[in-house]
Amino acid sequence: MSRLSDSNVAVAKEIIARYPRQKSALIPLLHLAQEQTGYISREAMVHLGELVGVTSAEVYGTATFYEMFRFEPIGKYLVNICGTMSCALMGSEKLMHHAEKRLGVKAGGTTADGMFTLAHAECQAACTEAPCLQVNYRFRLRVTTADLDNLIDDLKTGKLSDEIPVHGVLSKVRQHIAPDREVGAVAPELVNESPVWLNGKAAL
Amino acid sequence: MTIVDPVGEKIVVDPNVVNITINDKPVLARKGEFIIAAADRTDDFIPRFCYHPRMSSVGMCRQCLVEVETPRGPMMVVSCMTPVAEGQIVRTATDTVKKAQEGVLELLLANHPLDCPVCDKGGECPLQDQAFSHGPGESRFIEEKRHYEKPIAISEIVYLDRERCILCDRCTRFADEVAGDPLISFTSRGNDTQVLTFPDEPFSSYFSGNTVQICPVGALTAKPYRFKARPWDLDQTESTCTSCSVGCRIVVQSSRDELVRYQGVDIDPVNWGWLCDRGRYNFESVNSTERLTTPLIKDGSELATTSWSVALESAARLIRLALVNGSDSVAILGGARGTNEDAFAWALLADQLGISQRDAQLGDGLTPEIFNLPQATIDETCAASTIILLSPDLKEELPVLYLRIRDAAQKRKSRIVEFSSRDSGLTPYAWRSIGFEPGQQAQVVRQTLDTPEMSEQLRRGDVVVVVGRANLAENESLTLHALAELLHTVPNAKILPVLRRGNVRGAVAAGLTPQKNSGDAIDILTKAATGKVECLILLGADPFSDVADSTLVERAFAQIKNVISIDTFVNRSNRNADVVLPAAAFGEKNGTTTNLEGRVSNVTQQITPRGTSRPDWIIATELGLSLGADIGVSSLDELHQKMISCVAEFSSCADVSAIQSDGVLMVHETPVTISRSPIVSIDRNSYNYRLVVSRTMYDKAQSTVASQSLSGIITEAAIYVHPLDLARIGVVEGTSVRVGIDGTNIVIPVNANNGVHRGTAWLPYNHTGVDIRPLLNIASDIVDVRIEVIK
Amino acid sequence: MSVTYAHAPGFVAGDRPKIVTSRFEFADSYTLERYLATDGYKGLRAALSRPANEIHDDVKNATVLGRGGAGFPAGTKWGLTPQQVWPRYLVVNGDESEPGTYKDRLLMERDPHQLIEGCLIASYAAGLSQCFLYIRGEMALAQERVATALNEAYAAGYIGKNILGSNFSIDIILHWGAGAYVVGEETALIESLEGNRGMPRLKPPFFPAANGLYGQPTIVNNVETLANLPWLMCNGVAAYTAVGTKTSPGTRMVAVSGHVKRPGVFEIINGTTTFRDLIFGEEFCGGIKDDNKLKAFVPGGGSAPWFTPDQLDLPFEASQVGPAGSMLGSGAVMVMDETTDIPAAALTLTHFYAHESCGKCTPCREGGTWLERILRRIVDGSGTDADLQQLLEVGAMICPGDFPHAANEKLGLKAVPFPYKMTTICFVGPSAFAPVHSALTLFRSEFEARVTKRVTIPVTAVGVSS
Ligand SMILES: Cc1cc2nc3c(=O)[nH]c(=O)nc-3n(C[C@H](O)[C@H](O)[C@H](O)COP(=O)(O)O)c2cc1C
Ligand code: SF4
Ligand code: FES
Repeated sequence: MSRLSDSNVAVAKEIIARYPRQKSALIPLLHLAQEQTGYISREAMVHLGELVGVTSAEVYGTATFYEMFRFEPIGKYLVNICGTMSCALMGSEKLMHHAEKRLGVKAGGTTADGMFTLAHAECQAACTEAPCLQVNYRFRLRVTTADLDNLIDDLKTGKLSDEIPVHGVLSKVRQHIAPDREVGAVAPELVNESPVWLNGKAAL
Repeated sequence: MTIVDPVGEKIVVDPNVVNITINDKPVLARKGEFIIAAADRTDDFIPRFCYHPRMSSVGMCRQCLVEVETPRGPMMVVSCMTPVAEGQIVRTATDTVKKAQEGVLELLLANHPLDCPVCDKGGECPLQDQAFSHGPGESRFIEEKRHYEKPIAISEIVYLDRERCILCDRCTRFADEVAGDPLISFTSRGNDTQVLTFPDEPFSSYFSGNTVQICPVGALTAKPYRFKARPWDLDQTESTCTSCSVGCRIVVQSSRDELVRYQGVDIDPVNWGWLCDRGRYNFESVNSTERLTTPLIKDGSELATTSWSVALESAARLIRLALVNGSDSVAILGGARGTNEDAFAWALLADQLGISQRDAQLGDGLTPEIFNLPQATIDETCAASTIILLSPDLKEELPVLYLRIRDAAQKRKSRIVEFSSRDSGLTPYAWRSIGFEPGQQAQVVRQTLDTPEMSEQLRRGDVVVVVGRANLAENESLTLHALAELLHTVPNAKILPVLRRGNVRGAVAAGLTPQKNSGDAIDILTKAATGKVECLILLGADPFSDVADSTLVERAFAQIKNVISIDTFVNRSNRNADVVLPAAAFGEKNGTTTNLEGRVSNVTQQITPRGTSRPDWIIATELGLSLGADIGVSSLDELHQKMISCVAEFSSCADVSAIQSDGVLMVHETPVTISRSPIVSIDRNSYNYRLVVSRTMYDKAQSTVASQSLSGIITEAAIYVHPLDLARIGVVEGTSVRVGIDGTNIVIPVNANNGVHRGTAWLPYNHTGVDIRPLLNIASDIVDVRIEVIK
Repeated sequence: MSVTYAHAPGFVAGDRPKIVTSRFEFADSYTLERYLATDGYKGLRAALSRPANEIHDDVKNATVLGRGGAGFPAGTKWGLTPQQVWPRYLVVNGDESEPGTYKDRLLMERDPHQLIEGCLIASYAAGLSQCFLYIRGEMALAQERVATALNEAYAAGYIGKNILGSNFSIDIILHWGAGAYVVGEETALIESLEGNRGMPRLKPPFFPAANGLYGQPTIVNNVETLANLPWLMCNGVAAYTAVGTKTSPGTRMVAVSGHVKRPGVFEIINGTTTFRDLIFGEEFCGGIKDDNKLKAFVPGGGSAPWFTPDQLDLPFEASQVGPAGSMLGSGAVMVMDETTDIPAAALTLTHFYAHESCGKCTPCREGGTWLERILRRIVDGSGTDADLQQLLEVGAMICPGDFPHAANEKLGLKAVPFPYKMTTICFVGPSAFAPVHSALTLFRSEFEARVTKRVTIPVTAVGVSS
């Protein structure tokens, strides 16, 4: 079963409640599903549709638009090597060739042991630190081929398991809002007055 | 528009009109309309793909680019999403515009397969047409085109060819915005974008055929039409769909004297171009090889073919024989499936013969008196600030009315107040949906309307009550009591009656309704059961499937001596008839029909009637001659004229061109009122489930069963309860249970359904498999059943 | 002049006024503790002690320019919301994905509280009822840092109900994307935030300020734009406008990448710093890598038409860069030296935009991929000379005009005519063309060297029939 687990349903409900419209929670919830299973299963999409009140087809339409969602299992570590302008100028192609050789898979492939998936990535907002890569969305900057070898060794031996969670886990920290601090989301049609502090006076 | 006031020379400016110029020619435009809509009233055609006047604009295909003058020079805008503005200068054919339009077309064709010769759309394809009129003339794309698996079935009816798709968002927008069934969606992104359903989940929308009609290429095709014909060998005529009482305008197309396709026609007051799939595809039944093609006559225990003269003579003899025992020993049931003229001819004949027992409604409607309450049109309903639903599930029974009301609730800020015993297709759009247990409706209505919140809402503006028989396991009087409560609280409310079968309104007006205090269909059958009806004439009626109380029908048919049936198929009710006369079907005859709001419009003949079948009105005329009861007409036109002059309701129908387009509203009699009765609530044993029996879009209706593309969609009969009740019963979904009342039992699978209220059980009417009608007893107000696990 | 590398990778502090990067030198710059120790939330306090409309006026008077690409003044944008329509929302654009751009991620990772404080000030000033902080999906650390900061700030009473005991209450909701460049475009960002496919909406009618999130007035601001507000509130309008020029006051963050000696992110003085300063200045990149010659540079993110050494002396000032044929965009300079394979460089960018097309507009969806395919053919050595013209013709389907014949020399500049007319909704379509167009116009000989003259092959030679 890859519907959301009970504890994740509880998290999901908390997330949904933060938005004036339920469907807004869809992308965070897709991440939650991917965190649970490592990819987005068909059952998960059906479940998310139920949770936010849309059809499975709508969930599917949204999910497939975004690159980070995977619909079948991939490696434990997703190695994304940036190939856009700045990194390309600084030799990312060489790095990719090296990675392909080292891992024995072509870009897009997953190693036989299920450890690594190697992929081309687009600009990762680290252009001054080219060439760069991400392992499960954690950065490695100004990467040399030697750095890459070490990284793969370290990942294999589990040295980096604290820093780099397995694929699917994005942010290790969740937003938490204590009920007594939360203002609360209100459907837009239920609001028709200006905020109280817009009364021409100072708020403090 | 500027109007010069002759006296004061004051210039009056209509605030809703703006002056623009298109290609230097002045054009009057409506405030808020898009440039493309204004241009459509001129000779300057702007090419387009994604724009559809009945849906919101998305500006997606970029084909409709034009230039608009701005202080900074000409600016390119999409005309489908740019509103007109006073003084706007639009150019649709400058070099830049031409270049842009040619560019977009070349790009659309880049990945489009060149398979026009084998494409269903070839010859009527906007992409093909506009490639000729606005395209570059050649493609320079030498790359490999996109490849996808060739057409995939996305539902029972619709096929999708993604290679041909130009991603205009029309089908997906329709499904979401118009039908409310977002079961197809764009998936992936950029160059990989495709329309798809959720994996292994079909596009099971009642309105899927509309996506095929509005697809601007051959990406979406429908099974019933695939490879049937090419546009250039199609003949067509405009008509009105009579599959239900909404009366959508359609174009009926044929090829080689076979119906091959219906397309929706956009008329403002009714269907806006949309059709439901049942109405769109049940033309297959007209082509069915099972159709009756010759008269039949009873020969021993079998029906044998015979000639018209023999058949008519026999029918006349049987009627004459019965009339000897008084005019009340003959009765006529049906007539709501034909034209107004058919019904009128039969009413004339009945008048001549003194037959007063007639009823076009078959015990599943409301008393025709409600047609004399103040009536609302569909447009008035959709413009009302409150729409009260005391009706069957419109999505199931009057699908296009459902689309209109849904639109009113979504876009026009009408508020729906729904009273129902089961969630309906409109429940998600209702402002308030108030459940009631069958039998409690009058009380619930009274209590609800008394609340301050509801009173305030009702005061906000016009109120229309959509009213009909929601539950076939319930006596008609319950709905009428609730209606009386509504009208008592909101005396100014108008009503829109929900009618089963296409032409109830016309048949009743034409006179196929109980005369001189004689009873309705149920009374006729009840009388027949006691042997008092000798000869029953069925005008396209099949009481064995139309009338809910099957025991009553069986008892009646056991006593009736002779049955004369005028029909298009052999069915259970006429299988043992004495005479069966083959009737011309829809598409095979001309005439007029009347929809639920009393709108009269024409139906037209497009193909020759199968075999020797004839329109009902001709049969009435000829039977009259055999009986020596000449109804005095010799042509359809004469009949029509006579109807207009004799029937007050039809007196407005002289305008032929109106009848051939938007239709004409019939004249209503002086309004009546209905009175309240004391409220009694019907208590029950808590172990019982109170039955809700209602119709769904696809059931064993003859026209559905005989249409091969639709017949597969009809589901097996089952009983549905709330999931918690299913848990209480203690079986898993799909288990057969015993459902019983007073010693009558049926065994039927049980399923859970969230839309069924607790303590009630829903039985869809007339599905395949188990016959549920033994449970229905017209004599009782409501039906309570026990559901028992079979040990 | 001393150059200090701070803890933020890539960031170069230098001896310049710091408005948004003042805390980057601290290793714990992202904690609430450090933030409070360095004037944190003082700007908020200052703002709340005055009426909201005055705060809005300050932002208007300071001409805080949008840092997301278009450079529209934030105060003016807030004022475009229709009167008396509530609720209104703030959507923070932290989707930074424009090739070459690297600043918002730093601001979120290094100083999340500054961003939060900026959101609070903006919401107070413009009367916004809820704030959504949309962070690019691939930025795990930024999400963690911002989530932590939000949790701290909620607990400490800076966000939520009755902030600092005032009548100002607002939630800030952390939201993140899932990998789609186009979602950086504000209307696509809103679609995405509604849980939909991130496809841009047409403006008009969907100008977010009037018709945005859930159809309500919505302010979309870039991370850096909002990060300016705490400093502005603490130091006042005069101090803010004293930095930079009149039309481009303050500072801005610029990432200089590619073939330079010391690539890095700098907070520079707006309006006066030139590209020459940035690329060759000792306090910035210190010249071209390996002392090679400069061939070309992209002045404002991957979408911007390219410049050559001709334009080195232009300052970072929109009013001068625009007429010169490009744009400042998102503060991203990418430098190419003489060793650069120009067609290949253009291909990486065209591939990027073709790949990132949302698929809505025909010209972008079909044209972008077509451009990429032709270009790839040329780079791979199998292009023909007809392909060069074809590139321009396909480009003209996205950006109609007389490009194939535009005599840019007539403008006295070696540059392409810009801005483009466009047949698409957003700039992704034209962006796929801009690099090809620049490369082909400025370095045509490199393309010509790569293609062969088309040869007519006799039919029999390809074995059709004999
Ligand atoms: C294709 C495209 C991508 C964009 N990407 C970003 C982005 O990643 N981050 C950003 O802040 N603005 C981006 N923008 C600009 C936004 O649409 C918007 O103008 C900006 O967020 C407004 O904030 P500002 O006024 O504070 O600059 C992009 C615009 C386009 C057309
Ligand atoms: S230009 Fe491209 S990315 Fe932008 S809206 Fe159109 S198709 Fe989408
Ligand atoms: S018809 Fe206007 S963009 Fe498609």
